[in-house]
Amino acid sequence: MMTKLIKEGIYSVGVVDWNERRFHGHTYVTKRGVTYNSYLVIDEKITLIDTVREGFQKELIENIKNVVDPSKIDVIIINHIEPDHSGAFAEILKICPNAKVYGTEKARQGLLKYYGVCGDWVGVKSGQNLNIGKRTLDFIDVPMIHWPDSMFTYSAYDKILFSNDGFGQHYATNKIFDDEVNFDVLMDEAQKYYANILWPFNMLVSSKLAAIDKLSLDVELIAPSHGLIWRKYISEIMQKYLYWSSHSCKNRVAVVYETMWNSTEKMARKIVEGITSEGVETILFDVTKNDRPDIASYMLEAKGWVFGSSTHDGEMLPVIAGFLHFLKGSKAKGRKSFAFGSYGWSGEAVKDIEDTISNVTSFEPSLRVVYNPTQEELDKCFQAGKSFALKIKNE
Amino acid sequence: MEKMKCTVCGYIYDPNLGVDDSIITKGTSFEQLPQDWVCPVCGAPKDAFEVEKQA
Repeated sequence: MMTKLIKEGIYSVGVVDWNERRFHGHTYVTKRGVTYNSYLVIDEKITLIDTVREGFQKELIENIKNVVDPSKIDVIIINHIEPDHSGAFAEILKICPNAKVYGTEKARQGLLKYYGVCGDWVGVKSGQNLNIGKRTLDFIDVPMIHWPDSMFTYSAYDKILFSNDGFGQHYATNKIFDDEVNFDVLMDEAQKYYANILWPFNMLVSSKLAAIDKLSLDVELIAPSHGLIWRKYISEIMQKYLYWSSHSCKNRVAVVYETMWNSTEKMARKIVEGITSEGVETILFDVTKNDRPDIASYMLEAKGWVFGSSTHDGEMLPVIAGFLHFLKGSKAKGRKSFAFGSYGWSGEAVKDIEDTISNVTSFEPSLRVVYNPTQEELDKCFQAGKSFALKIKNE
Repeated sequence: MEKMKCTVCGYIYDPNLGVDDSIITKGTSFEQLPQDWVCPVCGAPKDAFEVEKQA
């Protein structure tokens, strides 16, 4: 039984997917599992805010039954149509076919494409609200945070912002609130979530946060659709969202590489030594041995991005190629880079790296060695790392 | 008239098509769109658009 009272009349009725490790197809490694949060509001009109992923509908219905007969639901609010939140929608609709369903016009179109049903639909947008008894729920559309249909729902009566994927974290736990878990783990998961889900939409996150700030909402709880509810650390997560969405970053360097016969790796290690000699923080990531979401999370706050790859069949190696294609979509700004790598005869990898992601970072001259680096070439790698670190510190 | 692409979501504004279900009619250049016009897909402002390179 995972039904929990979060505030008078409001229950968390979502589910914990303890063992989900590959979320979103294969794009997001979720080492700590996932939750699909759904909230039940008991008022004159019984209201369900979001559902859960397909396969968990029985559990959701059982959780609702702990509080109320699910057929008594009068209102279903769809903040976001992505299948991890709408997967149980059609099933819920069968139980309460007379419920009115609220969401954006884009949500209606999306539900019809996914499930062929949208119920007794009421389209809403920012500035509109719904009275359910003691409570009036305000709708705030937040397009591309993180799909075009996304919206938040705010209850002034409870001072709760139901933010769906905004402020989410992939963190399976039987706890409900931010202050019931380890703070650093929570923030680490929130950062990973931002880097892997929201980063490309910095511009919209930043303008929407400013617009919401102008509404001067009194918020005591932020209840997202994944992970813990923010209660104690609302200002901390808000500060972080402002920081990330403004493309801010630290004097830190991520060195990401893929190697065939360790020559590119030898170069990478010397570059890291050079960066370290200037006291700049750095982490070396073999892209084949680390999970992409972890690297991306570190890179979100890193001003320096250094990439290495051996040349193979006239191209960079395939795992780093995939990683760079992901990074290209981040639409990051204000980063500095250089590329390096060993090769046998043609050596296209460095140019391949530069061409792939020059849209999100600017490149210093690259560094290449044939077959295996000599001592002299290793010294050059050290110097390249050192002078790059100086630029990171001083610009 | 140039097509313009939204750098946030990839939507392409084609002046020859205008925008379905809106007051923006065919033949309206991107420059002629009101300053507070936003991307019909993602809500990004006008300055998030760039000239779409022809393939």
